[in-house]
Amino acid sequence: MVASAVALIPLFYLGVRVSEAGWSRIAEELFTSRTGVLASRSLALAAVVTIACVAIGVAAAFLVTRTDLPGRRMLGVLSALPLAIPTYVAGFAWVSTVDNFEGFWDAALVLTLCSYPYVYLPVAAALAGADPAQEEVARSLGRGPLATFASVTLRQIRPAVAAGGLLVALYVLSDFGAVSIVRVEVFTRAIFTSINLGFDRTGALVLATVLVVLTVALLVGEGLTRRRGARYARVSVRAHTRITLGRLRFAVWAFFAAVSATALGVPLLSLVRWFGAGVSRPGSVSEVVTAAGQSLWAALLGAVLTLLLAMPVGLLGARSPGPVATMLDRVAYLSHALPGLVIGLSLVFFGVRVAYPLYQTVWLLALAYAALFLPLAVGAVSSAAAQAPPALEEVARSLGRGPWAVARTITVPLAAPGIGAGTALVFLTCMKELPATLLLRPNGYDTLATELWTHTSAAEFAAAAPYAVVLVLIAAVPTWWLIRHG
Amino acid sequence: MAELILTGVHKRFGAVKALDGIDLSVHTGHLVAVLGPSGCGKTTLLRCVAGFDTVDAGRITVAGRDVTSIAPQRRRIAVVPQEGALFPHLSVWHNVAYGLDRAARSRGRVEETLALVGLEGYGSRMPHQLSGGQQQRVAVARALAPRPPVVLLDEPFSALDAALRVELRRDIRAALQADGATALLVTHDQGEALSIADEIAVMREGGIVQSGPPTSVYAAPRDAWVAGFVGEAVWLPAGHPLLHGIAVSGRGTRILLRPEQIELTGGADAVVIRTDFHGHDAVIGVRLPEGTELAARILGTGIIPRIGEPVGLRVTGPAHAF
Repeated sequence: MVASAVALIPLFYLGVRVSEAGWSRIAEELFTSRTGVLASRSLALAAVVTIACVAIGVAAAFLVTRTDLPGRRMLGVLSALPLAIPTYVAGFAWVSTVDNFEGFWDAALVLTLCSYPYVYLPVAAALAGADPAQEEVARSLGRGPLATFASVTLRQIRPAVAAGGLLVALYVLSDFGAVSIVRVEVFTRAIFTSINLGFDRTGALVLATVLVVLTVALLVGEGLTRRRGARYARVSVRAHTRITLGRLRFAVWAFFAAVSATALGVPLLSLVRWFGAGVSRPGSVSEVVTAAGQSLWAALLGAVLTLLLAMPVGLLGARSPGPVATMLDRVAYLSHALPGLVIGLSLVFFGVRVAYPLYQTVWLLALAYAALFLPLAVGAVSSAAAQAPPALEEVARSLGRGPWAVARTITVPLAAPGIGAGTALVFLTCMKELPATLLLRPNGYDTLATELWTHTSAAEFAAAAPYAVVLVLIAAVPTWWLIRHG
Repeated sequence: MAELILTGVHKRFGAVKALDGIDLSVHTGHLVAVLGPSGCGKTTLLRCVAGFDTVDAGRITVAGRDVTSIAPQRRRIAVVPQEGALFPHLSVWHNVAYGLDRAARSRGRVEETLALVGLEGYGSRMPHQLSGGQQQRVAVARALAPRPPVVLLDEPFSALDAALRVELRRDIRAALQADGATALLVTHDQGEALSIADEIAVMREGGIVQSGPPTSVYAAPRDAWVAGFVGEAVWLPAGHPLLHGIAVSGRGTRILLRPEQIELTGGADAVVIRTDFHGHDAVIGVRLPEGTELAARILGTGIIPRIGEPVGLRVTGPAHAF
């Protein structure tokens, strides 16, 4: 209950504040040409990036899992690696490398290159796991390879494509770092500008509400299409017959080389180029160390708080699935889909109005992290709890051990590794978080992400580079874990 | 003496009567198999005896002690679940030692039970390093180790392939006997129940329809449903010429025969309509002139008649009327 309350605080406060503003004031903000432009630009950016991500992600997944491409294992890892680059780091890298890098299409490029792994990873898993017998049956019934791909394979992977596409669309709508660095005026940037300049809080709130509505519409739309699609049993035991590429392999190699060079090569080159200049500035090392320490502390608080809240939800979901557990689960996911900026914004109001002692402390920041990353931790806890199925506990009881002894000797040892990994994942994700941190950090409390953002905004690329390097290293850990186990 | 006694046990889930007045007793050192189709309530029965589910009404006593409302860990009833459910983070030795106190561990009870199931020297292995059959053996050893008055086995062989199943069944039966264990086995496999149990209890729709030694349940089933469930049944109308000189017990118009009671001879009583060759034996389906279909079990070493061929029939042994 406490957990779902934390997840609901942001939404609730948004509602309260907007209703306080009064309808006429809202209408004034809402029905302006600026809002219309912002909405269409945000949606257009989400659409362009999603389509591009689906194209790149599905193509890469198909080539890696279904063809005899030489070096496909390495290419598979390379294709997932851009996940390790936070969008604002990628934005920094491009802006500091290419002159006049700004605007809609440039932002779309950066976001596509950062987020196509969200499509690539689930689709690759679905392609590898799909039952080859279905395709073989289609072939034996007289369909050619292309017709089979269209009529059978695409249907098998459709849920994965839809899930990945949804993730990308939500991600683009909520992205703040890249769009503000590449200077394209979308909802998140407009919200931040108006709150940061301090003169237009109601405007920020109304814009945030529209953003929430767009997000919910996207979620509902995806839910409706999913209900129509059947679930596919995955009973794959055999490997798929791989398509022989022949001479085409050079073209395919060129495709992967182009994607990797732009998605990984540009950021890495830029980081390397500016890093030397960055660390040679006097005093820079101690600044980075201070920021890293403050990032660590805030992320640690956030991760511990998130885990404490996630434990009951995750355990309840895994052990006694019922309406209550499902509702808690949904609530947690809804808040996950909300942009970090909106959560940060509503917690600012929560802090000012309700929990003033928390305002301007790192505790409110930790609460924001908990509201943002609760689903991540809930997922980790419930899959960890599934490692200790009830049958094992029953056997242990029948062998004469009481409930506490069973928990100590069976449940906890089995679930601990999964819960530990989940905590680490939340911890590292907190360290990369930018928009909520920008809004909620106490005055003068600089973290790695905020320092990078501040320096990049002021075009101090050399000063920003060391933070970018540290952040990429931090983000690489969960990415590596995801590629190995995901 | 009866080690496990169930009297009038009832259990319902919402509108479904899972257990509807179960009376059952298992004598010390015996193995009783509860045999029933899936959904008949046999797993619920086992869970109620173990204490994982509570009964709505009735009494369960173990070694003279009423355990009806006692927590599972105080009942001293060990369970061997369907797929072993070994603790994956513990070695074989620690799995078996889980239910033992320190004194019993140091007395070598772990090694003793592992030897009993044929796994001496496997103590340091981890569960994932064992085959399915070996995991099941460890699960049996783990249940036997604390010398519980009663061991419950929940379809312990169903996840294994057929060849392995027979061997494991025999070994586990021997291990239970060597340890003097009293056991209740739940299964839907009639071959398994008939071959392993001292006594079987046929269960249907939450009630026990018939119980007794396997041979008597097979030879004298209580009704047509039990007859068909515990083995292959063929039926002849009472007074059929083939039944001349056959002792028929019971009253009724339908006479139950087992395929092994019908011999093929030279002649033309019937026409062969199907042949199912199993290797060691074969079941030959025949149709009598008036349309009745029968089945005869013959040894696989003989000549298998062809479909459409006329054969003579001879019925042997006693029959039962319903």
